[in-house]
Amino acid sequence: MWNQWRTDAYNGMTAETVDIKGYNGETINAYYARSLVPGNHPGVVLINHAPGWDEFYRETTRRFAEHGYNAICPNIFYRAGHGTPEEVVAAQRAAGGVKDETVVGDIEGGAKFLKSQPNSNGKVGVFGTCSGGRHGFLVACKSKEFAALVECWGGGVIQPETTPAQPVSPNTLTKDLSCPMLGLFGNDDQRPSPDNVNQHEEELKAAGKNYEFHRYDGAGHGFFYYHAPAYRQQQCMDGWEKIFTFFGKNLA
Amino acid sequence: MCTYSIESAEMSGCGKGAEGWFPLSLATVAFDHPSHAQVDHAMLIDFMNPDLGIGSRVAVELTRDSARELVKAIQAALESTMDLEDPAPVGAPV
Repeated sequence: MWNQWRTDAYNGMTAETVDIKGYNGETINAYYARSLVPGNHPGVVLINHAPGWDEFYRETTRRFAEHGYNAICPNIFYRAGHGTPEEVVAAQRAAGGVKDETVVGDIEGGAKFLKSQPNSNGKVGVFGTCSGGRHGFLVACKSKEFAALVECWGGGVIQPETTPAQPVSPNTLTKDLSCPMLGLFGNDDQRPSPDNVNQHEEELKAAGKNYEFHRYDGAGHGFFYYHAPAYRQQQCMDGWEKIFTFFGKNLA
Repeated sequence: MCTYSIESAEMSGCGKGAEGWFPLSLATVAFDHPSHAQVDHAMLIDFMNPDLGIGSRVAVELTRDSARELVKAIQAALESTMDLEDPAPVGAPV
């Protein structure tokens, strides 16, 4: 996918914050990047990670638009208030963490927003990293809005204990997974640990689900994060190839 | 690693944030992904007063070793002054 465009081909996008309807019909904001290339486009809803609705996620949203997707990243921490991303994350922690049920509703709202766009091809995938990977798996089990899931190192898909904000361990819903899934994991990660990933895979296999797992040596948690020491260049580039191949096949 | 760990404690005292001193009411402690510290995970400590708005916050992101040293230092300071009476809680800036 890297450098695979023609130099004489038109490309363009617009990227902006918009309001959408999320959980329970409530208005939240979202970062929306849409392709300006003529024709119909698939969509991707991005679920931000624990460090927040942050610059990495805005840049990643634009990355999908650069590659021909209408991409939206709902602000799943909207209800915690507004400030800098790190201030909002701190407020969300003080409130006990974001609730799974609002995330599911907000991400479904993002999918409905994308499908309502005049240049939508009607298919939408979901992408998340870290806690967003866990939320991605949860959403793809609870919702029928999605045609493909990319779960990147979802921490807590297999939860050691439930909490008021996270009342169900997502892996217990595996039989309800409603779309093909791509999973990317680092073998040095501790949560999900390699044993967690083994269990995750066994449960998908037992349920007869369409899944594809890739596990990287020399990588831990968050190996896409070029702003952090967790970044692993080779594994990251290979992971993005896998993602665009997978979405290209399932969202066309 | 996603820990989702969140501990909290009620606070009395003051903190100096971006806009000056303010009374504290809460501290949260989590070991998770930092926003700024260049480590994969850090001890995230926020002194806050949610009633005064989201920006009323003093934040640190510490390595685990630093967090242990801080705990030891606080404990040592408390123990070395055991004979002193606790002052009345401080609510508002003076």
